Order: sequence, then structure tokens, then C-alpha cells
Amino acid sequence: MQLLEFQAKELFREYGINLLDSISSTNIEEGRKHAKELGYPFVIKIQVPVGGRGKAGGIQKCQNDDEFEIKYPQVMDLTIKGEKARAILLEKMADIKKELYLSIFLNRSKRCYTIIASAEGGVEIESVKNQIIKEIGLGEVSDEVAQEVAKEMGLEGKHAEGVIDTLKKLSKLTIEKEAELVEINPLAIMQDDTIMALDGKFVTDDNSNFRHPELEKYQEKSAIEEQAEKSGFSLVELDGDIAVVGNGAGLVMSTLDMLSDNGGKPACFLDVGGGATTESVYEALTLISKLDRVKGILVNLYGGIVKTTVVAEAFLKAYEDNVIDLPVFSRLKGTESEKATEMLQGSRTKIFSTVEEAINAAVMGVKK
Amino acid sequence: MTDIFALLKGNPEDPDFEKKGVIVQGITGAYGSLHARNMIAYGTNVVAGVTPGKGGQKFEDKVPIYNTMKEAVDATNAKISIVFVPAKFFLGAAKDALEAGIKLLVAIPEHVPVRDTMEALELAKQKDAVIIGPNTPGIMIPELIKIGIMPPMPFKAGKIAVLSKSGTLLYEISDALTNSGFGQSITIGIGGDPVNGTRLIDAFEMVKDIPDLEGMVVVGEIGGDSEEMLAQRIIDSGFNKPTVAYIAGRAAPKEKRMGHAGAIVMGTYGSAESKVSMFNKANIPVAKRPAEVPVLLAGKMEKSD
Repeated sequence: MQLLEFQAKELFREYGINLLDSISSTNIEEGRKHAKELGYPFVIKIQVPVGGRGKAGGIQKCQNDDEFEIKYPQVMDLTIKGEKARAILLEKMADIKKELYLSIFLNRSKRCYTIIASAEGGVEIESVKNQIIKEIGLGEVSDEVAQEVAKEMGLEGKHAEGVIDTLKKLSKLTIEKEAELVEINPLAIMQDDTIMALDGKFVTDDNSNFRHPELEKYQEKSAIEEQAEKSGFSLVELDGDIAVVGNGAGLVMSTLDMLSDNGGKPACFLDVGGGATTESVYEALTLISKLDRVKGILVNLYGGIVKTTVVAEAFLKAYEDNVIDLPVFSRLKGTESEKATEMLQGSRTKIFSTVEEAINAAVMGVKK
Repeated sequence: MTDIFALLKGNPEDPDFEKKGVIVQGITGAYGSLHARNMIAYGTNVVAGVTPGKGGQKFEDKVPIYNTMKEAVDATNAKISIVFVPAKFFLGAAKDALEAGIKLLVAIPEHVPVRDTMEALELAKQKDAVIIGPNTPGIMIPELIKIGIMPPMPFKAGKIAVLSKSGTLLYEISDALTNSGFGQSITIGIGGDPVNGTRLIDAFEMVKDIPDLEGMVVVGEIGGDSEEMLAQRIIDSGFNKPTVAYIAGRAAPKEKRMGHAGAIVMGTYGSAESKVSMFNKANIPVAKRPAEVPVLLAGKMEKSD
């Protein structure tokens, strides 16, 4: 899970990393109160769990009440990479001398935490120049390594001290919360030579959530995502009209790719997990029935030893119970597929022997 | 480098040649018992199970159960274990196994915290042991030994090595290969987690020198850079057996985790484009659909003849 900026900053504050004054709000009434408390000028920042906010107009300077009244609702209404605003952060304007880059991430191929730092921050990581990369094992960063990083960034005196201090705090935070990525971009040298985190990114390892009840409050899930999780499914909502269901993340991704290649627009990614039972497929159909935009359902199950008749029963039951009233285009690989096809004769579920055929039928089917 | 065949098969002079013992950790759980049965049915020599507190009992009236891995290893001398415990107990189970002398540990659980995987890997390194997974379907030499949860149906003995991050895609693609006459010499499930005990490059090192290997299939997906590293390794090593890749997740949105903990694109890191372009650089065709894999492989073989 990627935390929102203001949530990441709450953690930064807890670990003593320097921050500008800021307050988050979810409506303009609250925002007005905060504007008074904070005082102009300040920056309005959209809170979405994706990057590229600045480019999309999600970060706006605000000098007075008039600007605030125009810009707050504008920013609140933005959708960035499909993500609507979760909140708005008002943050004091900063008097910056220089922007740096600092992050610690879980290095997947080296299997250890790794620092990336640069004296040229404030741009997306792909464009950050002169990156200093240090692998630091599984423990916190040592004084020695922190000093090396500051030195290689070309920093001296107060600036170096500030960065070393920030890096050590950031590393403690990363390890203690088991983060996959913690990034400060930009980390700024202020006019008064202090070091401050102007932005914050924090990605958790969701698999370690059970050890971090303190992060639970940041878990933001839609009702449907929560239900999916309870059923042990993985669900990612997308904005098309064909729901994609399958067993196994790789297989569902592959189905999504092929559907897109053929001009179809996926409405969701739904992985019911390794096996497929009457219950799990019925549950998946129930979930999908709650997505209004869905016009058809594409099911791709690689059963192996699963009886496809078991899956066919789930479709029949879902129609019978009026859970769904949508056409289902299904490829079921497994045993007894002829019998399953027979069972579904006359229902709104069509079974195909290849996924390609099911996809073509789904794309044609939702056009009608 | 690990001689995976020595571990899985052994040498003809070994008394347990082609019937290496396997210990099942978590053998009395619903999942562990189901797959212990399936593995035995496939011909895998399951010599012991471990479930703390159930030592002294027998699984299916045949396989002895022990409380700890040390007891199980002392009694059987097995070097292979497969772990079915819940994710939060994985690290404990892995330590128990590695300390007891296990050299190949197959980690089935999904949702293992990355930190636990990294700690298990550090220990494995010290003990000169290999971990496959976590979040893997396992490893198999078709028609000989299966240490995993894969259904037997898609696989057939042969001369193609298949390395896959995904479980069901491994089945799907092996099925397609089998139907086209390409049996498999070995299949290795890398797993869908961000950190893999055996990375694609490690798996490649395990299979590249198989004497009668006729080709290799790599089933990757978005996230991380292990496909890119593999492509580079293939270029550097001059490996020239026909190789075909498949990458799942081209249509996935960025910064969303697509089912697997490791399947996430951050910026351009982990993107399908990056992987496809590296494979292209290594002169490895990338299939658009699973069904295309055997077609491309046959094409590659024709050219190399």
C-alpha cells in the first residue's frame, strides 16, 4: 500500500524528520479553517497515492482567500491516473536554496535495503542525475555510510549534518515499519540552511501488516476491496466494462493483456487464487455484480484437476439467485468440460475451449 | 552454483538415486496434507512430515511425523523440504529446516513478509542451501519428482527448461508446450514475491548446462528487474539454446499491485516494455499470448538447426 503524502509525513514527524507546517482536510469548510491557522502564502496539494501530481495540476500556490476559493475545489475535483483526491494538504510555502533527493528502498535483486541519494532532486526518480547508490544490508544505516553519502552529495557543514541526521531517521523508519520504499523528494536545503522533507512517499510491505497494527488506520479500502480481501481474492478496479476473473495473478494479468490487445476494456482484475471452487466463483460473481460499469464477465480458469462442472454450478446458482444478470464468457480448462458445457446450455454463460475465443466473444458481446 | 539435479535426482551410485527423500513441513494442515498426498501419488518420496506437537503420529498410516526438522532430518537424512505453514510462521519453519541441514527448501506460502524472506535467505547463504519461492508452485522434474502444488496433467518429461514467476501460467504454458510435443526437463517456479529465493538468473544457472537441454522458456511478469538481469546474463554467457519468453501484465496500470506482491510497476521500474526490450536485445522472442510460446519456440529451433 502506498500512503498519501500527509500520512507519510505523520510518520516522518514521529521519527523527528524536519517538516514544514501543514494540515490536511477533506472539504473546503475544513480547508478554510486551516487556511486561517496556517496563513498565506501556502501550497495546496492533492493527496492521491500516485506520482505526477505537479504535472497534472494537483499542486497549486495560494496567496489569498480569492485564490483559495478557486483553487481548492479545482484541485479537489482532479483525477490523476484514475485516482480521485482523498484529501487536500495545505502546506506553508518554502524558501528553498537547493533541492536534494533521498530514498531507501527494498532492493529486490540484491535482497537488501538500498539508499539512493542525489544533490539534484525535485524531479522524478528516473530523471534524477548523479545518483549515489549504497546497499546497506538488512539493518539501519551506519554513521559511516551516512557520512559517505553526504560527502558524495558534495555537502558540508550544516547541510551535511542535516542530511546525515535525516538519512539515519529515515532508515530507522524504514526498518521499523518494514517499508518497501520511503522517499523524500525533494529534500530541501532551506534559506536558513536547515534540511526539510518537502514531500513524502511511503510504500508498505502489505504482507507484514499483521506486525504493524499502527499502520492500519492508513488502510483505505473500498467496500468491494474489503470484501475481496475477506474472500482471499485480489481485486484491482479498472475503468472498462468487461470484468476479468481468473485463478492466479499471472493468468489474470495475461487475460487482461489479451483482452486489451483485442480492443476490450477491462473493468477489473479479479484473482480468485490458485484453486477454483463453486463458492469462490460464486463469491467472485457477487463482487462483480456490485460494479455498475460492467457489461460482461470474462472468466479464464485453468483448473488443472478442478472439475469444470463445479464452476458451472456456480454460474447457474448465481443466475438462479439473481446475483448476476450479465453475460459470462468463459474458458474453463479442467476435467468434465463437455458436461459443464451441457449444464450451461440455455443460460447466459457461454463456454469456449480457448481463451482467445472467449475474449473475441466478450468484446463483441458487450458492444451489442 | 547449485547442482539442482544432484539434489533432486542424485547420482546413479547413490542408494536413493531418483528417489530423494522429501520432508513436508506442515503435513497435517489442510493444504499440506492434500499436497503431500498428491506428491506421493506423483512418485515423490515423501519420507517424513513435521508438525510441532504431532510428533510420533503417522500421516496416512505411512509417513512418520516429527515435532522438529532436526528430528526429521536425523531420522531420514533428507536434504529437501517443502513448507506449507501459514506465512507468518514461514521464517521459523525455514530456520528450523536450514539449521537441521536442509539444502533445498521449497517455500509454498503466499504473503510472507519480505523481511522474513530476506532473513531466511541470509541464513540459507550461510548454510549453502537453496530456497525456491516463497509464493511458488514449486519445482519438478516431470514424471520423476514433484516438490510443489502443480497439477500433474500439463507436464511431460522432455528437454525444455521452464522458469516461471507465475503458477497458473506455468501450468498453462507447460500444457501448451506438452501439446506441441515439447516435454520439460525441469520446471522451476520462481514465485510472485518481490524477493525470490531463487531469482530467474539463479534458475538459469541451474539449468543452462543440462547436457541434453534443447530449449528454455521464461515466463515473467511486471515488477522488479529479474527478467532484465536474466536477459543480460544470457547475452553475457553466450547461451545459445533456443529461448522464448512471455511477459504478463502489459495492460496493467502503473503503481498497482496486480495480485502478486511483486507485480507492480513503479515509474518505469518493472514495466513490461523494459523487459520486452531487454529480451529483444538478447534475441529472445517474446510471445504475445501463452499459446504462442510453443510456436515461437518451434521457429527458434528451426533456425538453430
